[in-house]
Amino acid sequence: MALLTMTGIVKSFPGVKALDGVSFSVERGEVHALVGENGAGKSTLMKILAGAYIADAGTIAVDDRPVTIDGPRAAEALGIGMIYQEFNLVPDLGIVENIMLGIEPLRGGLLDRKAAQADAARVLAQLGNALPLDRPARRLSVAQQQMVEIAKCLVRKARLIVMDEPTAALSDRETDALFALIAMLKAQGVAFVYISHRLEELPRIADRITVIRDGKAIETRPLAELPQDEMIRLMVGRSLDAHFPELPPVAPGAPVVLAVDGLRAATNVNGVSFAVHAGEIVGLAGLVGAGRTEIVRAIAGADVPTAGEVSIDGRRARIRDPHSGIAAGVAFITEDRKAQGLVLGMSVRANTTLAHLNAYSVGPFVDRRAEHAIAAREIAELRVRTPSGEQLVRNLSGGNQQKVVLAKWLIGEARVFLFDEPTRGVDVGAKAEIYGLMVALLARGAAIVMVSSELPEVLGMSHRVLVVRDGAIRAEFARAEATSEKIIAVATGVAA
Amino acid sequence: MTGPLTPPAAEVRTVLDERAGDAQRKARRAWWLRVGIAVAGFIVLVIVINAFTNGHFLTIGNVSNVLRQITFTCVSAVGETFVIITGGIDLSVGSIMGLAGVVMGLFANAVPLDNGPLLFIATMIVGIAVGAAAGYVNAVPVVRLNLPPFITTLAMLQIARGLAFILAHGQPIPLATTAFNGLGTGELFGQIPYAVVLMLVVVVVFAIVLTRTRFGRYTFALGGNEEAARLAGINTRRTKTLVYVISGALAAVAGLILLARFGSAAPQTGLGYELNVIAAVVVGGTSLTGGRGSIVGTFFGALLIGVLDNVMNLLNIESYTQQIVLGAVILLAVIVDELRKRLLAR
Repeated sequence: MALLTMTGIVKSFPGVKALDGVSFSVERGEVHALVGENGAGKSTLMKILAGAYIADAGTIAVDDRPVTIDGPRAAEALGIGMIYQEFNLVPDLGIVENIMLGIEPLRGGLLDRKAAQADAARVLAQLGNALPLDRPARRLSVAQQQMVEIAKCLVRKARLIVMDEPTAALSDRETDALFALIAMLKAQGVAFVYISHRLEELPRIADRITVIRDGKAIETRPLAELPQDEMIRLMVGRSLDAHFPELPPVAPGAPVVLAVDGLRAATNVNGVSFAVHAGEIVGLAGLVGAGRTEIVRAIAGADVPTAGEVSIDGRRARIRDPHSGIAAGVAFITEDRKAQGLVLGMSVRANTTLAHLNAYSVGPFVDRRAEHAIAAREIAELRVRTPSGEQLVRNLSGGNQQKVVLAKWLIGEARVFLFDEPTRGVDVGAKAEIYGLMVALLARGAAIVMVSSELPEVLGMSHRVLVVRDGAIRAEFARAEATSEKIIAVATGVAA
Repeated sequence: MTGPLTPPAAEVRTVLDERAGDAQRKARRAWWLRVGIAVAGFIVLVIVINAFTNGHFLTIGNVSNVLRQITFTCVSAVGETFVIITGGIDLSVGSIMGLAGVVMGLFANAVPLDNGPLLFIATMIVGIAVGAAAGYVNAVPVVRLNLPPFITTLAMLQIARGLAFILAHGQPIPLATTAFNGLGTGELFGQIPYAVVLMLVVVVVFAIVLTRTRFGRYTFALGGNEEAARLAGINTRRTKTLVYVISGALAAVAGLILLARFGSAAPQTGLGYELNVIAAVVVGGTSLTGGRGSIVGTFFGALLIGVLDNVMNLLNIESYTQQIVLGAVILLAVIVDELRKRLLAR
């Protein structure tokens, strides 16, 4: 008897058939991974389950009884909990208040704090009592916030918890802790639907895997019967012969393009020195919070450096703000495209030229003709899937949004490209295209610094790997000698 | 991987150029369509109104009267539109109208210049300088300390009004010159009030500034995502300062229109007008959360409110009821805009 059965689910949005007859089931105490490219329909399916959308057709059964889920409350009553990638916590409320939000026990019409604390304490004990109860949600780490979300589900007696990209912002150690937690809850009979782009972590956690493509469930198989390369082939509908393109070797005697010497900033950058040559990719590895993003932000002028020097092509660059960074030849592709990379309410065209509008202007006026032309060119070359340059960036999928961010920097003449998590939340196909683009930049003689939390990406796309801990570089590995084990040892402070 | 960074071949380029041209033409067509719908809507509205008022509405005298009534609101609302698109608000425009008016009145009466255009222009420059300076003072704490513009402009609302009363000793200052009569009562070709001409010039010039210049683009970017704008190398501080300066300067121009119209500078001029100005911007479709809006919309917003005012007067609706209707229209405009947005957002 299945815990959940969704049959023939159809959901259309104007112009798009997001789900085209998807059937999907979850057993009790099972971790069922849901994989697919961005826009394949995973999120839509889960939003229907959570009551955020209503399906156009199809049936849902819980414990083999047909049910109607017409809103979040209905889903909650059926024991379905949903943890979105962006958490739904009230930043200024405490942990107990967040856990009990909307289901506060009352006594005589007033809040019954004692009962609330008792209820929360019960589930928190189940989760190992690892949370600092005196802090408001805003001061919790991402992993701690996630634990509060799990507690919210448990206190509502969830028997099925949907997690959307739960490890996207977690360090490796936090990921381990999360997986241990999932395993423990699973042993208590809680089932999970686990959505992830990180295919390599699925063997550690999933029992079965369902591949979604173009709004259809393509395949459901036990983990052991679905090797990773076949999973990828099913996801994209074609086989990607390799994850990563071949990196052309750095030419012997290639000049240093970016030289960083003794860089410090108040944001956890504590004396960083390194150099990147023309045609070279240097990967910055480390745990979340180690200071990798802060290093590239200080180089780009996004944060103000307090000491140290940055030189580009041998010339001292005085970078105090993003403007002077761009003028010096630095392109900074931020990790959070929605918060930092794009103006979502503006068109693809306007976002493309935003950082280089001077070059597409006559006097104070924007040269519309030139702007339309460059936008059309970038859309074609980067294969941005959009009806036209006038489409608002808000309406594009994650991978296509990321391509617009790239277009914004590619149309300039930057010598140094700082990529911060360039493929986060991007589907497999777009990933390969972004990697290809980085290789093409190398041919242009650019220098690339790439921050990535995905070790395979660091290993596959770097000529050299620098490991960051506590805001400083603790080790350097050439491509040939870098391994996951060595990097993790340094990043966690086990070695050097 | 086809190298995305190699320049495209000639034939590809032609295709791309065509595609770009297509996109451009489409964008232009969409714009004209929107304006067309607005104009058509207005024409229908006018015809209906005209029928209701037994033909009293659509007379040259009355139309020019409506336009004259909205000049100062509309001019100031154009500046307010810039501020609101950046996600800010300027509550001080009504007080700046009063302060700039008093300063202009004192200046015009004090300087030994002929009654001619020279005096008019010198006075206007002084007034605009006062408004721009007040706008600059509004912007400094917003830009430097990240204070909410609601607070800094609320403070300016009080300060500028107090200054106006002190400078005028609490009394209206009658103009000793006739240099302002043209703007106050004169008409181009004997038909179109000069104040209306001034308003239309302001609308057209600033519509071009907002939609066609880098500064205009940066204004939208600032309201849409300030951090993304900053990381794209945009001088967000300068852009932000400039929108408050523009708002202050245009409030001063509105003060000039009021001064010319009444022939005297009263310190209480413009009291409470900031709400009419903000209403015109909002009814015109500019989003209070920033990132979206237009000058042409603001013009139609001011016009709609002006037409309503006028029609209710023609229909002898008492002024208390008029307030309720205006409040309802503002609410309705925002609701319609919200529904439209939801419809567009799939």
